[in-house]
Amino acid sequence: MTFPNPALVTFTGTGKSFGAVRALSEVNLSFHRGECLGLIGHNGAGKSTLMQVLAGTLSADCGVLHLARHEVRSSYNVQMARQHGIRCVFQELSLCPNLSVAENLRLMSPAIRGWGWRRQAKALIDASLDEIFPGHGIAADDIVAELPIGKRQMVEIARAFVQVDERLELVILDEPTSSLDARVAEQLLGFVRRFVAGGGSVVLISHILGEMLATCDRIAVMRDGRIVEIRPAGDFSHVSLVECMGSAAKEAVQQQAFVSRREGKAAVVEQRPARQVDGQTVKAHTGEIVGLAGLAGHGQSQLLIQVLRQRITRGQGAALVAGDRQTDGVFPLWSIAENITISSLADLKRGALIDPQAERAMAGQWQARMGIRTPDMDNPILSLSGGNQQKALFARALASRNDLILMDDPMRGVDVGTKREVYSIIAQEAAKGRTFIWYTTELEELDYCDHIYVFRDGQVVLDLPRNELSEEQILRCSFEEQPA
Amino acid sequence: MNPSLSLSAQALKKPQINRARLLRSALPGLSLALLLVAIFIIQPRAISYMGMNLMLNLAVPIALATIAQMLIITVNDLDLSLGSFISFVACVAATLLNEHPLLGCLALLACIAVYALIGALIHTRNLPSIVVTLGMSFIWMGGAVLLLPAPGGSAPHWLQSLVRIKTPWLPFAIIVCIVLALLVHAFLMRSPLGVVLRGAGGNPLAVAKAGWSLLRIKVSLYALAGSFGVLAGLFLVGLTTSADATIALRYTLLSIAGVILGGGEFVGGRVSPIGAVLGALTLVLAGSLLSFMRISPDWQIGAQGAILILVLALRAAVNRLETRPL
Repeated sequence: MTFPNPALVTFTGTGKSFGAVRALSEVNLSFHRGECLGLIGHNGAGKSTLMQVLAGTLSADCGVLHLARHEVRSSYNVQMARQHGIRCVFQELSLCPNLSVAENLRLMSPAIRGWGWRRQAKALIDASLDEIFPGHGIAADDIVAELPIGKRQMVEIARAFVQVDERLELVILDEPTSSLDARVAEQLLGFVRRFVAGGGSVVLISHILGEMLATCDRIAVMRDGRIVEIRPAGDFSHVSLVECMGSAAKEAVQQQAFVSRREGKAAVVEQRPARQVDGQTVKAHTGEIVGLAGLAGHGQSQLLIQVLRQRITRGQGAALVAGDRQTDGVFPLWSIAENITISSLADLKRGALIDPQAERAMAGQWQARMGIRTPDMDNPILSLSGGNQQKALFARALASRNDLILMDDPMRGVDVGTKREVYSIIAQEAAKGRTFIWYTTELEELDYCDHIYVFRDGQVVLDLPRNELSEEQILRCSFEEQPA
Repeated sequence: MNPSLSLSAQALKKPQINRARLLRSALPGLSLALLLVAIFIIQPRAISYMGMNLMLNLAVPIALATIAQMLIITVNDLDLSLGSFISFVACVAATLLNEHPLLGCLALLACIAVYALIGALIHTRNLPSIVVTLGMSFIWMGGAVLLLPAPGGSAPHWLQSLVRIKTPWLPFAIIVCIVLALLVHAFLMRSPLGVVLRGAGGNPLAVAKAGWSLLRIKVSLYALAGSFGVLAGLFLVGLTTSADATIALRYTLLSIAGVILGGGEFVGGRVSPIGAVLGALTLVLAGSLLSFMRISPDWQIGAQGAILILVLALRAAVNRLETRPL
């Protein structure tokens, strides 16, 4: 495709790393006026990172950014992006819930001020809402906290398209239809086409393939922080999009002969996801590793919490390995040993008090078992690297007597070496008869699971034993073919 | 979904939400009216120019303190030093301001600057406001004791005559409260700047992403709170004519109670200046009502607490009404 005008924004060789993880590498991409560019990829492919760099909330480590024809390097930031008419509707809502719809617009646009600013703000947001979502039923005076989530999303989108004395060139829509119903989503996509036809530019990220193919002019497919394919949308089909997202040349993993552990036994856990409409349940049998797959945030963590609640009310217990270490995992002020033994205190008691010797012994045993790298288990947990903290959390779960271990995407941001060590320990423990339910956002980790459930929109949409596992099938089910 | 069906569902839902919101914002006014009726039934003579003047005499400094506290609560913080700060200001006014007016004015301006600095400190070091202001409360109290080791001093004459202005029709205290409530309401709830200040309490991250400086927001709110604290101290010492290092200690808790009674919430930037002033008046009149009922002062604090719990329970009930139809 050729474009008569110079590109609005061009990335050349853009790269970004978070610690050891390369989120973006060698990205070359340009954004043009009058074009809707689609961006698609599985979890962690780098879509959101790339958009944050474009919106100026993150700065790239290397590479060059051209705005119109001018080269910008380090000085690029949010203000500059706004001056050049680049706006972003992020997935997490960025409205102030205590303010009204019109007041939230004022927050975004410092140009609205002086006498009569309230009337001006109301008129502007009303006009934008009417334009994009006719019949929206939102009043400019409504307090945002009192609106349901879908309407908040509509306000957020309408706000990004309001123009007061400033340029408006490019709007990034990151999963804009995720909380909109089908009719409203259609209104939005229709508006995107009109906006683009009027010379605007839109970047659309969505997991609904039909939506992407129907709305975008070009689609860029990302994988592992790179753009692997970029073509006019007409040259793609559902099948070819899914194929591009998967890793093309995947080395055959040495698979042991798969033996199902399900023959003739009752399940340890059987739980229907809260939003499941048909009778599908997630089952786990003794000694099994059950994987929960799908795009992030589609109900996998909620299922783990459901299982945990149920086990606790029945008095059976279960151990949870948290993925978000800082909020759900570590006790930041405690030592490594205390962080490990907290779930086994009942076993460490002598009389009414905790036996310090037994505590130290248990900590030492698990240090050796997991290979936690520290000179002294009495050091504070925060003295460990991220990977070793995660090992301590695994040790906490495995040291307890629970037969069921729930894992909430525990390998986020962990280096490859640590991952390998932990995988082998999980396999050993499963062989001893423990049951694992493992939510993971990384496709490779599913190779370690005996049985896989793929989630979409809070429901199980695919149920596979390992011998039938194929990456393509998982991707196809994670991305919706048709809008719901 | 059938579009006409969804439309009629919306039409049904809307007025109900608004009614709950209306009820919640009317609650502070209703509780105040209820109190006034009760006072009128027990002691009809109290509802007169003279009576109101006597009852509401000390209401103005409490209302000012409540506004100061509300400004801090707007950004999800809490000021535990407000009472000792107002005591300190009263001591400055009864000593320095009387003897060396210029020096006194400078000292009061410095007080406001200290408040702004505290705001900056809390923001940049990410400290809990409760801890910082609790520490500050001892510093203010120590300063007050240094200035006035024993009760005494004398308020400047101009200040004494200023707070005793006789106004026709309505007592001065009521007029001051109305003006105060309307001014702060116009600034915080209606001005474009006020929107940003409240937004910083609702979703600080979004406000920062939109390009506003959270540091400047916090510093301005703390400085404003300090200014209202200074006004409260001046007004108080004008009424009492002499000061004491512990004169306003109970204002800390009274001001917090006033904000909450007035419909404010501890987190989320949900505050109401008119409600806060009404809340302060309610607390003051509750004290009068209890004396009219011949309840001994020993029990009055407990009874005030009971009134607070009653109003908050009512509000919880209204909030429930609001969430149920959704």
